[in-house]
Amino acid sequence: MTLTSPQKRKSRWPVWARRGLMENIATVLIALGFLMLFQPFALSLYTYSFITMLAGTVMFIIVSKFPE
Amino acid sequence: MLNRTAENVARATPEPLARKVRGISDKGLAWLFISPTILLLLAINIFPLFWAIYLSFTNFRANRPNEVVKNLGFANYQRILADKDIWIAMQTTAHFVFWTILLQTLIGFTLAWLIDRKFRGHAFWTTLILVPMMLSPAVVGNFWRFLYEPQIGLFAYAISFVTGIPPTNIQMLSNVSLAPWSIIIVDTWMWTPYVMLICLAGLRSIPEYIYEAAEVDRASNWRQFWSITLPMALPFIMLAVLFRGIENFKMFDMVNLLTGGGPGSTTEVASITLKRQAFESWRTGYSSAFAIILFVAVFGLANIYVKALNKVKQR
Repeated sequence: MTLTSPQKRKSRWPVWARRGLMENIATVLIALGFLMLFQPFALSLYTYSFITMLAGTVMFIIVSKFPE
Repeated sequence: MLNRTAENVARATPEPLARKVRGISDKGLAWLFISPTILLLLAINIFPLFWAIYLSFTNFRANRPNEVVKNLGFANYQRILADKDIWIAMQTTAHFVFWTILLQTLIGFTLAWLIDRKFRGHAFWTTLILVPMMLSPAVVGNFWRFLYEPQIGLFAYAISFVTGIPPTNIQMLSNVSLAPWSIIIVDTWMWTPYVMLICLAGLRSIPEYIYEAAEVDRASNWRQFWSITLPMALPFIMLAVLFRGIENFKMFDMVNLLTGGGPGSTTEVASITLKRQAFESWRTGYSSAFAIILFVAVFGLANIYVKALNKVKQR
């Protein structure tokens, strides 16, 4: 008699929308927005920093509820 | 004893009220108990946040409460994000945050590491080091103003004693290149003990047997520091950096007391600009939008940071 481990139920959640990957994208967006907000090089980067940061933060809040 | 007290309380409860309470489930009772706290939280934290978000889309001025409030859409945000002065204030804030955190973490961790050696009188030194943190920022700001005085200040005399420069030439608060550093020095002096305390908690939580095992394996002190002490204290260091980072983005009291944003606008951090817009120019809607931008920046960064902290803890 052999012991077999119970097979894990396959999630129907798409692989590309898993938490790990999505959280990483959101983190990159937040970090990018943050750097754009405080950088001393270009005013245009500063102008678009808030929207980048906001998109990243909202995305982070949403995707942190996604399954792993 | 406890049962008897509970029975007495139950007996003393008026019958109509007792009947009502008996009808409430455990979950309902739990909600009943926590609801005052939740209501207070909503009134103090959540409502002002949503009110500020609402105001950020309007032209509301707190000094003209009877004026008709117009909805401006995203105009306040667009103006702030195209304003060169605010952009410079952001850079000044970033400069302060970077240097204060770097210095506080380095000195705080070093002090914690030294205090953790448990030498004779270490408790006395710990208490002494913690004193600046317990003082009011108003007191600290005022006495550092005296210390920085070129004529009578001890700081100028100490620097003069070391470098030979006449004390009247050391104008920490009115010199454009020295003023930002004068604030960094005071903030570091005041808040390094806080970082030290958190790091000390981290160092004290490392079990002694890990060091004993390392000794058995003949690991050098240097190796023990890099392989045991630092990785195990890292979550605590990161926590200290997070707390200080959030606080320093809002740094207001010290800057206001020491330089008031001057000379010129060299020490005008974001919170000083915000205060000027809100309470000197009375542009409440505009300053609310600015506050929301700062909030999103700190909130986003805190999210990343908590994620990194969890990763470090899982290691």
